[in-house]
Amino acid sequence: MTNWLAGLKGLRRYPSLLAGIVVIAIFVGLSIYTVIAIPYSQAVALWRGGPDVTATNPKNAAPAWFNLFRSDKLPTTIIVNSAEGRGTKTEQLLGNGTKQVDITLPFRYTFNLFPTDLRLYTELTSEGSSVPVTISWLTPDGRRIILQDNYSIKASDTYYITQDEALRARLSGAAPRVGLLADPQNQGKALEGNYELVLTAQVPQTATLDSRLVVYGSVYGLAGTDYMGRNLMTPLLWGAPIALIFGVLAAVGTGLLTFVLSAIGSWLGGWTDRILQWITQVNLIIPLLPVLIMIGYLYSRNIWTMLGVVIALSIFSSNMLTNRAMFLQAKEAPYIEAAQAYGAGNFRIIFRYLMPRIAPTLLPQFVLIVPTFVFLEATLSVLGLGDPVLPTWGKVLQDAFSQGALYKGLYYWFLEPAILLMVLGVGFSLIGYSLDRVFNPRLRTV
Amino acid sequence: MRGTVIRLARLTVSRVIYLFLAVVVGVYLTVIIANMGGELDKMRISQIEEEIGVSVLQNPAYRQLPPEELKALVDGLVQTQIHRFGLDRPFFPKRSLIYLWNAMRLQLGWAEQMVSDAGSRQVPLILLERLPYTLALFGTANLLLFFLTLLVALYLSRRYGSFLDKATIALAPSSSAPAWFYGLFLILVFAALLRVLPWGGLVDAPVPTTTLGYVFSIVRHMILPTIAVVTSTFFASIYSWRTFFLIYSSEDYVELARAKGLSSRDIDMRYVLRPTLPPIITSFLLVLITMWMGMIVLETVFQWPGLGRAFYHAIQLYDTPVIIAIIVIFGYLLAATVFVLDFVYAIADPRVRVGTGAERR
Repeated sequence: MTNWLAGLKGLRRYPSLLAGIVVIAIFVGLSIYTVIAIPYSQAVALWRGGPDVTATNPKNAAPAWFNLFRSDKLPTTIIVNSAEGRGTKTEQLLGNGTKQVDITLPFRYTFNLFPTDLRLYTELTSEGSSVPVTISWLTPDGRRIILQDNYSIKASDTYYITQDEALRARLSGAAPRVGLLADPQNQGKALEGNYELVLTAQVPQTATLDSRLVVYGSVYGLAGTDYMGRNLMTPLLWGAPIALIFGVLAAVGTGLLTFVLSAIGSWLGGWTDRILQWITQVNLIIPLLPVLIMIGYLYSRNIWTMLGVVIALSIFSSNMLTNRAMFLQAKEAPYIEAAQAYGAGNFRIIFRYLMPRIAPTLLPQFVLIVPTFVFLEATLSVLGLGDPVLPTWGKVLQDAFSQGALYKGLYYWFLEPAILLMVLGVGFSLIGYSLDRVFNPRLRTV
Repeated sequence: MRGTVIRLARLTVSRVIYLFLAVVVGVYLTVIIANMGGELDKMRISQIEEEIGVSVLQNPAYRQLPPEELKALVDGLVQTQIHRFGLDRPFFPKRSLIYLWNAMRLQLGWAEQMVSDAGSRQVPLILLERLPYTLALFGTANLLLFFLTLLVALYLSRRYGSFLDKATIALAPSSSAPAWFYGLFLILVFAALLRVLPWGGLVDAPVPTTTLGYVFSIVRHMILPTIAVVTSTFFASIYSWRTFFLIYSSEDYVELARAKGLSSRDIDMRYVLRPTLPPIITSFLLVLITMWMGMIVLETVFQWPGLGRAFYHAIQLYDTPVIIAIIVIFGYLLAATVFVLDFVYAIADPRVRVGTGAERR
């Protein structure tokens, strides 16, 4: 016990240890916050993506704080929704059982750069089939552009303005996201000011019509979005608890089991020791990563299955041999002989006398091995073997890599998860290396 | 003297048996996993049925046949093919043991899907084609790593406590990240931002016509992956070796040598390096072997056409003969390394007692 206490007292002398503890504490705090703020089911849904989640998110958008460092501001996404009371909606009863609905969706555009996409979502509740609508666009300098003259909408409809080839032709070949906003004097620049989109339709009297205009920008949130428009914040936040749980469970699982088994083996000796040694030799021949890849491809990519296999294959690692060597030395100590003399059983000697003696020397190993497992999860993800439903840092890295983020200049997409992985790894390493110096005084004197 | 020889012989034989059994168990496990415990047979059979069904239906010669005869024909062909691949015999235990026996004899057979660049289906040819690339990249990186870390660690152990020493120690945590991770960073800096080195691959896109140009192009493509491998283990190796040297250089005989006035070069070479070399070689070789696994990802990230990528492709294609072949070669190599190391250890350091299992610390 005194060994531990003396070691703990010495901690103050190791600023790197404190730094490591602070880093890990931040990640633990972040994990707790994440799990409470974004429940598991919600995180999985957000990560799965799809129109429900990502409809209004721009794709491949940079983090919004990029604008703080730019003179040429990147546009943010503008959403004008008549259902939320934005814009004006006037209804006028017509004689023949129908009514005329006019929806005006105004927005102010204050950027020189063009939006990345323009879409108009409409929601119609009506018994009838489709109704025709007229959509027009008003620019700040008073021009009126008819987008669609007789466009028929169904119950729930999306008009992809940017993909409208007829409109493109009328805008003399400019993509509508550019042509609709371009300054007539300077085509390379968007015209700042108040725009309006006007939608006119005749619908049955009982029906309601609402419309939502989305002007997609190229920045989003604190972390940006990926190629599917998913908010990168979800995997960045959720990656922390997953990385911590995977890394710590794998490290503690393998570390403890190796420790206990090598203690039992070296104390009991004989066949127990021989069998354990033999399993270790066999296990050294079996390469961990290829087996994991095979299991991932052929059986299951579930993270818990992977964790189980990782632990099972890492128990009988080369650490088994080094632990055993230490125990063989420790079991010759006089106090063990004394314990035997007073009649202590095998169990008592192993768990009360042998293991506490070696534990401090091995503690640094436990900590140092955590980042290895954290990166192992990332490695599996990069190979496309990450858990299919979980948002993790490795998955973001894989997406960034396979979608050519570096090639396209979307550096934030790669750097965000990479830096988080790096900081977490360094945090554990700092603690591990400091503990190594605290608990292995032989290193301190040299 | 005679007693020592007999003991040594007995040790050798028991080690060989031990390691061989280990390889057998490892390879058998791989055979089972790679065949999904026999489940893969169903996939293969349905694949055969589909291929034969399509080829018969598309053959104009069989157009006129009545449906029953056509079905009989297809069934017959399918049965022949299934028999040819041995899929009509149960996987456990007979066929799995045949796979094991063939693998252990290094009868690596034919690949099911993969084809070598020269067009062969023979597994040894496929692997031999990839081997030089892995060796070139891996060999360069590891030789560089070995000599660089050795020299730097020796240098630092002599200047213990200096700024350089402290800086190196402070950088030791950087080794918690694997090579591919640094690889991505290097690609970001040198390929994406500076645009001075290639993104990956083996040679430039219009392949250079001259031999010199070809070699130069390959070397240029090797720079980033090599730096990635070196960076990923550089500082941690220096840290552990430096500590090792420091411990050994405080031994009494080193103090004595210093008192005698020997030059620091002589002290390093004769009194510090010599006793520390065996464990260093051991750890280095073991690192080398475990890093082989890391090559799978590194070669994927850098699109390097080596063995690691071949293994990954084989798994993606469920090409069990290739998977088993790579694992069995790896197993033999590892077993041979461990076997040789035992003796290197004993020869280089006479203090290692022969014939006792206890490791010295």
